[in-house]
Amino acid sequence: MNQSNKTFEESMARLEQIVRAMERGDVPLEESLKLFQEGTDLVRSCQKLLDEAQLQVKKIMTAPDGSPVEVEFQDEA
Amino acid sequence: MAQQVLSITQLNEYIRGRLDADPLLNQVAVRGEISNYKCYPSGHHYFTLKDESSALKCVMFKGNAVRLRFRPENGMKVIAMGKVSVFPRDGAYQLYCAALAMDGVGDLYAAFEQLKKKLAAQGLFDPAHKMPLPKYPGTIGIITSSAGAAVHDMLRILRKRYPLTQVKLLPVRVQGEEAPGEIAAAIRYANHYHLADLLIVGRGGGSIEDLWAFNDEQVAYAIYQSDIPVISAVGHEPDVTISDYVADLRAATPSNGAELAVPDQDALLQSLDSMSAAMATALTRHLKSARQHLDILSKSPALLSPAGYIQQREKSLDLLKSKLISAQNNSITKKNQRYIAAVSKLDAMSPLKVLTRGYSMAQTGTGEILRSVSQVEPGEHICISLCDGKLSASVLEKKEEPVNESVQ
Repeated sequence: MNQSNKTFEESMARLEQIVRAMERGDVPLEESLKLFQEGTDLVRSCQKLLDEAQLQVKKIMTAPDGSPVEVEFQDEA
Repeated sequence: MAQQVLSITQLNEYIRGRLDADPLLNQVAVRGEISNYKCYPSGHHYFTLKDESSALKCVMFKGNAVRLRFRPENGMKVIAMGKVSVFPRDGAYQLYCAALAMDGVGDLYAAFEQLKKKLAAQGLFDPAHKMPLPKYPGTIGIITSSAGAAVHDMLRILRKRYPLTQVKLLPVRVQGEEAPGEIAAAIRYANHYHLADLLIVGRGGGSIEDLWAFNDEQVAYAIYQSDIPVISAVGHEPDVTISDYVADLRAATPSNGAELAVPDQDALLQSLDSMSAAMATALTRHLKSARQHLDILSKSPALLSPAGYIQQREKSLDLLKSKLISAQNNSITKKNQRYIAAVSKLDAMSPLKVLTRGYSMAQTGTGEILRSVSQVEPGEHICISLCDGKLSASVLEKKEEPVNESVQ
């Protein structure tokens, strides 16, 4: 799996968890402050990931033993 | 014999006139297989129609060719409609084709319906078997032709919507005899090597024959057996293929397939903003309620004036102390009184006290208190106690009297 995508997916899941916990309001204030900091960092990193992402396109070729080989695919845009 | 000599042109024109006058040749429909198919830059199409033993030259001019709903290919069985006439330059007759239709299309529809029925009965279209698509696919496998417009459209949309994903293109032929086998093999290959989180299988629009590979049984089984969710993205909106029915999700077009495959980054950025706002609101509310709680606490007497608070507490402590002391005293006095009363009661009950009132106590020689005349016989000694001493006496006579019950 694409590493940045994994980070993105995990970050989104964690963010949703944080927002839910903060909206329930059943965590102590100190914890709430910590969650806010963590959440804000996650939002920033997710925005950064999206901003910097470049679609990677690979063409799958087959090696003599049948295993897949990735080659760059130039999309004639 | 005056044989009239004609020029070539005259003869060809004569033949053309004869042919053009023939009502059958003016509007004819002929069945055959296309060969020598050529499309010139002018837009005119030239081909030969043939059957087992004969051939017919055909031309289709640009004006008619643009109305074609499929791309003619060598080997295709067609029905050509038009008129037969002479091309004077070559001295050859040919079919001027006005319209071209696929022959046997009816058969294809029948085959489609038949296969659809069979696969439905086998449960290949069962909604319960359909897998949910991953929300954020990390890798998308695209199974299509690497040359067509379809792959270009899909990449353009993926790049725009969700560039975080990685695309793995598995190039296959999407029409012709080899296509179904290649498409099915690519689906199995992607599964075998776990190449992707999601597969898009498809191609751009075309005639029903062009799309036929996606109405193939082996493609249907490969999609059904795929552990990776599959989006089927074949042709244009109205085209529905067997693979559309089997796939976990049907897209109307390849572009639509790409749209359905990934989240839209604009929407994601928006939802990041709204989560940011939600966190800020929640934190503000939490801080506010904590401040209110703090205010209430800081207004409590204990914190507002600690000295006064302590004084007040001391005062109530004193009060309690004096209450305790007086209660204790009270209880001692009461106990004393009860003691004195008990002592005087005891005193009144004392046998000595009874003796002073003129009563005496008689005992047998062995010290038993005499309660009944039966305890002694005349002549026995008894001892009589009085308040101020004892008498030794002897029983002179015994006289029994009935006991008065009421006195007892």
